[in-house]
Amino acid sequence: MATLLEVRDLTTRFHTLDGVVHAVNGISYTLEEGQTLGIVGESGCGKSASVLSVMRLIPEPPGKIAAGQVIYRGQDLLKLNESQMQHIRGKEIAMVFQDPMTSLNPVLTIGRQISEALIVHMGMTQKQAYQRTLELLNMVGIPQADSRYGDYPHQFSGGMRQRVMIAMALACMPSILIADEPTTALDVTIQAQIIDLVKTLRDRLGMAVIWITHDLGIIAGLAEKVIVMYAGFIVERGDVDDIYDDPRHPYTLALLKSLPRVDRSSKERLATIPGLPPDLLSLPPGCPFAPRCAYVIERCRQENPRLEIVDSHHEIACWVDVGTGRER
Amino acid sequence: MSDNQVLVRVEGLKKHFPITRGILIQRQVGAVRAVDGITFDIYRRETLGLVGESGCGKTTAGRTILQLYRPTAGRVFFNGVDLTGLKGNELRRMRQRMQMIFQDPYASLNPRMTIARIISEPLRVHKLATPQEQIERVQELLRLVRLNPRFINRYPHEFSGGQRQRIGIARAIASNPDFIVCDEPISALDVSIQAQVVNLLEDLQDQLGLTYLFIAHDLSMVRHICDRVAVMYLGQIVELAEKDELYDHPLHPYTQALLSAVPVPDPKVERRRNRIILEGDVPSPINPPSGCRFHTRCARAQELCSQQEPAWREVGGGHFVACHLV
Repeated sequence: MATLLEVRDLTTRFHTLDGVVHAVNGISYTLEEGQTLGIVGESGCGKSASVLSVMRLIPEPPGKIAAGQVIYRGQDLLKLNESQMQHIRGKEIAMVFQDPMTSLNPVLTIGRQISEALIVHMGMTQKQAYQRTLELLNMVGIPQADSRYGDYPHQFSGGMRQRVMIAMALACMPSILIADEPTTALDVTIQAQIIDLVKTLRDRLGMAVIWITHDLGIIAGLAEKVIVMYAGFIVERGDVDDIYDDPRHPYTLALLKSLPRVDRSSKERLATIPGLPPDLLSLPPGCPFAPRCAYVIERCRQENPRLEIVDSHHEIACWVDVGTGRER
Repeated sequence: MSDNQVLVRVEGLKKHFPITRGILIQRQVGAVRAVDGITFDIYRRETLGLVGESGCGKTTAGRTILQLYRPTAGRVFFNGVDLTGLKGNELRRMRQRMQMIFQDPYASLNPRMTIARIISEPLRVHKLATPQEQIERVQELLRLVRLNPRFINRYPHEFSGGQRQRIGIARAIASNPDFIVCDEPISALDVSIQAQVVNLLEDLQDQLGLTYLFIAHDLSMVRHICDRVAVMYLGQIVELAEKDELYDHPLHPYTQALLSAVPVPDPKVERRRNRIILEGDVPSPINPPSGCRFHTRCARAQELCSQQEPAWREVGGGHFVACHLV
């Protein structure tokens, strides 16, 4: 498969009154055509900031993409000017956000919001755009599309609004769909509908998908490749089966152990991760997970490990072998 | 854990919120039937889970049980005393024994109060301690919820979400209650913090002999923490059973769909699973569907389902269900 997107050493910081927030700290990954990549991590781990950087949607100031490259089909998106970037956004790479209510314009009908993208990016006439919008609304499963065309966002339920967002994202047939926690605000039954919809459309349109979430369950059923982030770093990366069957980073291991499962009876106490995620204003000098890690050794507190291959397609950033508990 | 002694008995509880029209002369034009006739017992020292989608009435049910909302109909017995008939001082005396933990640890603590004042408020309201005793009790409570007792003069903004939830828990147990309604206590917290708070709730239950009504939408966590689970849909309970019975043998089509929709953090299991995808959204509780309220989304619905409301009955071993097809 051909590489569609390559992110190299991406570093994003926010310059706030309290100091510099190290949101994304030199992350690299690739996305191939038609591939689904899951990025998991807790709030503040830099998962959203990393894809917003790819889309060049980081507000500057206070944000700043300090270093790195984002190569999409051979060109570095970080070198493009704003008007060139607008041709990429929506047309080549589209994004669906967590909260559809704040990302839709409340005073415009949803039909107008979808057709606008078609007129701007695809050069369609009003009439063509209207027809295509109806097709899109049908495709994402909104019943009676022609009568809903003139409705405003508040007239839709949360799940339906997220469908509108997906219709809008797919309007120009992007090659990459970035979904930033699109189902977090939804109920599980509606979440299942949306995931099912994205899977179907992905397979039909051959899009690549980057799905960001804190829910390890969603990623298990959706992604082929998984990236685990902590404090702005990628701590583990691999094929979905390797990550879940054989997690090698103490953070991934602890996270998976702390989750109760709906399909299993549990009598034991939940495993916990002590402490709190680190303050991104002042990261410790060594591994950011060291203060909470059950496998910590002296070296962890001094040197931050780099992401290294431990098995084919499986990489971790850790000094310790969790199998033996000793330094690798 | 439960010794089959009923602590809370809920009988035919209803809570309807009126919809009014008109400015000077208001007249009622309808009602939101948030809770529409629920009946169950909560045994002493057990954790009863109440699950369902947003808008199904689970939070309203919790609040109505505590008489934070006065019920439209039905009764709530606490230790044999009918709460719905109580007013003023009598009700306040009972409230000392029933507390609540809220979902949002940012909105449920007054930002202008020190945590000493927040946690000691139940002690002042119920006149349980002198000022000196209050300080000692607050320190003791902070230790119980595993926070540093030296923090008593700090303000809520100085704490993380998980720590704030511990403060909310300390406040809830301050008056030595028997019964606590936990309304989505962990859903605002990060994954790695959720397990800490859940373990704390379990430890406190053992130490203090607490009884919980655990309201949540995270069905995986509910399976872990609860002894029995009740499933709500549009203001009514559709199924109730011991947790492993409910999760391994769900009888109601809604319970089956709900459980099948929960993702499992295991790719091999996910590939094999059969997901029941429900069509559409939850209907409005202002005008709920006739007969069985789930019939509009139920794949197995028959003519009877839209005409007649299914009876709430026990199918054996404490497993209750309301469905014509079971």
